[in-house]
Amino acid sequence: MKGQTEMKIIKIKKEAWGQGLEKLQSEFRLFGPVADKDGFEFKELAQGQLPVMDLGNTRLSAKSTVYPQTQVMFNYTLDESKEDHHIMKEVDLNGQPQAVIGLRPCDAASFQLVKRNFDNPEYPDPFWVRPYEQSTFVGLACDNPSPTCFCTSVGGGPYSENGLDVLLSREGEVILAKVITEKGEALAKAAGWDTDADENVFDERRDAAEKKITAKINSDQLKGKNANDLFSAPIWEDIAFACLNCGTCTYSCPTCWCFDIQDEVKGTEGKRMRNWDSCMYPLFTLEGSGHNPRPVKEMRVRQRFMHKLKYYPDKYDSDVQCVGCGRCIDLCPVNIDIRDVCETMNNYKPLKSES
Amino acid sequence: MLTYAEKIRELSAQLLREDKVDMVIGFRKGSLPMSNEPCMVKNPGDADKLVWDSNCGVNLASYLTDRKERIGIIAKGCDSRNINTHIIENKIKREQLTIIGVPCTGMIDKRKVSNSVDFDIIEVIEEADKVIVKGAGSEQTFDKKEVLRKNCEVCIHPNPVVYDEMVAEKVDINQDVDRYADVREVEEMDSDDRWQYFEDLLSNCIRCYACRNACPLCYCPTCFVDESQPQWLGKSTNATDTRGFHFLRAYHCAGRCTDCGSCETVCPMGINMRAFTKKLEKDCLENFEWQAGLNTEQRPPLDSFNPSDPDAFVK
Amino acid sequence: MQNPYLPYPVRIDEIITETEDKNLKTFKFVFLNPEDEEKFSYKAGQFAELSVTGKGEIPIGIASSPTEKGFVKFTVNKTGLVTKYLHNMQVGDIMGIRGPLGNWYPWKELEGKNVVIIGGGFAFTTLRSSIVYMLENRDKFGEINVIYGARSPGLLLYQEELKAWEAAGDIKMHITVDATDDPDWKYNVGFVPTITEEKAPPADENTYAIVCGPPIMIRFTQPVLDKLGYAHDHIINSLEKRMKCGIGICGRCNIGEKFVCKDGPVFTLEELNNLPFE
Repeated sequence: MKGQTEMKIIKIKKEAWGQGLEKLQSEFRLFGPVADKDGFEFKELAQGQLPVMDLGNTRLSAKSTVYPQTQVMFNYTLDESKEDHHIMKEVDLNGQPQAVIGLRPCDAASFQLVKRNFDNPEYPDPFWVRPYEQSTFVGLACDNPSPTCFCTSVGGGPYSENGLDVLLSREGEVILAKVITEKGEALAKAAGWDTDADENVFDERRDAAEKKITAKINSDQLKGKNANDLFSAPIWEDIAFACLNCGTCTYSCPTCWCFDIQDEVKGTEGKRMRNWDSCMYPLFTLEGSGHNPRPVKEMRVRQRFMHKLKYYPDKYDSDVQCVGCGRCIDLCPVNIDIRDVCETMNNYKPLKSES
Repeated sequence: MLTYAEKIRELSAQLLREDKVDMVIGFRKGSLPMSNEPCMVKNPGDADKLVWDSNCGVNLASYLTDRKERIGIIAKGCDSRNINTHIIENKIKREQLTIIGVPCTGMIDKRKVSNSVDFDIIEVIEEADKVIVKGAGSEQTFDKKEVLRKNCEVCIHPNPVVYDEMVAEKVDINQDVDRYADVREVEEMDSDDRWQYFEDLLSNCIRCYACRNACPLCYCPTCFVDESQPQWLGKSTNATDTRGFHFLRAYHCAGRCTDCGSCETVCPMGINMRAFTKKLEKDCLENFEWQAGLNTEQRPPLDSFNPSDPDAFVK
Repeated sequence: MQNPYLPYPVRIDEIITETEDKNLKTFKFVFLNPEDEEKFSYKAGQFAELSVTGKGEIPIGIASSPTEKGFVKFTVNKTGLVTKYLHNMQVGDIMGIRGPLGNWYPWKELEGKNVVIIGGGFAFTTLRSSIVYMLENRDKFGEINVIYGARSPGLLLYQEELKAWEAAGDIKMHITVDATDDPDWKYNVGFVPTITEEKAPPADENTYAIVCGPPIMIRFTQPVLDKLGYAHDHIINSLEKRMKCGIGICGRCNIGEKFVCKDGPVFTLEELNNLPFE
């Protein structure tokens, strides 16, 4: 694999960790989990600020580090005395390289799933691709997965290296860093982390962590099912009944990527931006004519689960569009649980046609 | 509390069996501790799925809006007041409903419990007025009153104000609670502090609209925040737009809000948006001696006109 | 690589009010940078995003034909925020177009074939593009029938062109209106499905139908085509959905594995039969 490096494990002690991060800040914008009210979120680290590495996963995913909820695409002026009035000007996307510190393997894997959408061969999306390319992902292995984590049943794992440049494993004050790619190597070098570890505990710790994961989903039967059968299955009314059609699941999901494009003007200066959007919202599909192909919530809930669990795997001939982080389960205000929905879909057998 | 659930199942099965309703709206057991899922039951045989405990904080009146069926609905005090409000506002007809009243002993604040223990919660058990929280190899017991939602702590209408059946005797009401201590605290701030308080309050809002969508009062076919012609508010995470949404939504609920706490319960970010609605609720009580949804005879104060109104501008 | 979200700047060169209710106007755009016209190389059936600064973008089918050079034309129905604003813009105003987007009618496959175009109301825009294109390449196609209807004579698009096509006789025109009290109306009166039943040629391996119109027209035309024996892989539809990005990324026009904006908007009925019915 391109960018792959010979596997190397570095030992980083507490002081070197802080010093290294501070050194990195001259070259990289750093993002990491920081306390935010009663939770933790990925934010840009202030000079000298340390990411929180000893608590559970962040409430929202790390997707915002590459794909923020609101992102300006173009600027323009409506002032007709200016030569370039009404002409869109692309924002500068060639910013500073950035490093995302302490994201979990589930979030790292999510970038790989979402990449298929944004970094497609026909229309690579510069607003996603450039920040992605400028990012170095320094993951933190999960030694204490939460009860709703099910990464191991969707192709991931608490020590999965998929999508990561460096994988960290922490024990007490000592951090071990497995350097996975050239990008990761460059980062370690820039941070001055160069003490070879004397032992490789990754495999051992991985096995222990994987054993702690009890939640799972079964999607093995979904591939063989007909999308239209699932679509018209009489399961959606019950699944969707409680749904409030809020955006919690989609906004907290690392693999949900849908967005809206909006213009905003202040005085004569305008910007075109994109904002996260959600298939849960009626507005998502409402057409100018007033017609809405998904007018009721059953249809919107169906779209979300069908897209994740059926359309995406069919389109890309891959596993489901889910990394098992469990956020939608934890945060859903009315306890709609993707594990149960997946189970219902997986077990669904269409009635034999009577004709 | 088991008896509540048993009685709910029995009454629901009976209503369905006797074809008095087409469905019963209640809660079924959730997949996580401290989570129950609103559900509907259409067959008497499925009534066994219905549960009741202190994790039924979502206001079920929201699920009634514009429904056409004959519905049995489980209602605690606040739900019943929102059912009345729905009836006043023509969102459902009284004749459609068979209300199974639940005298409420308060709902648990899931976030409070999670933040009070330092382990991953695997199971939560209620026994009398105790809440026993279990993790892998850990256990902690709370008095239920320590972990109640804030609105439940100061609730003075735990008993349904309208019902056809009751699952138990009414509960005692604690009349001498100080209902508005938190509002006064904000009122007493100087304007800079107050500004800061609200700025912090909403700083992590992700505009998922769970608060609005869970609110039984927020049934507008197109919410002002979604309106594009004219577009009142931007759609980004801009702080002014976010505040605009919360302020305006609160005002739309003024005189109608029952402080059911659904908005706060469902917020994935833990935002206490009751800071807005509660202030307006207090103002309505002080200015109009009004509490929403206690009957179907009176319309909310901002929704009615009285020639004897003391304010000259109305005349 | 060109940023796929960046519109080409254009100037409004001409605005034509098409219908008597004034709800449809055709905008003729000229590229500010002449080299952009080369980049905006399109085929009949594709669409583009019209971009109005401060208001947003709208996906609109391209009404001009690739054979018409020096400009691009779009016919816009006044419905939402952007289209209302656009209808008030003036010749000389600067805006943007982004595209061409989506797929096109299968011109390779249609070469040497008979084509029946069935259109209704204001969905006739990419059909106009197609007709102009086929007329410019008349020898490449067999018999061409065009069935086009609107509620009344004043609501037909491109009225002068319709008359010219009718008179020229290179294609068989079947213009129709639902009803009219105009004593001088010399074309058909009746709904599009009815006229289709009367005028459409019988189905065969070499005949394709392109259907584009309001949902109600499509719904009632379909059984007629079935009756006439058109195979579902010989019926070509163009779908409308709410779109934003136009390049298959933003997610809202998703149906099954497809994104209408990128994999469509043109689908054969056979393809649609295999997609969830949304």
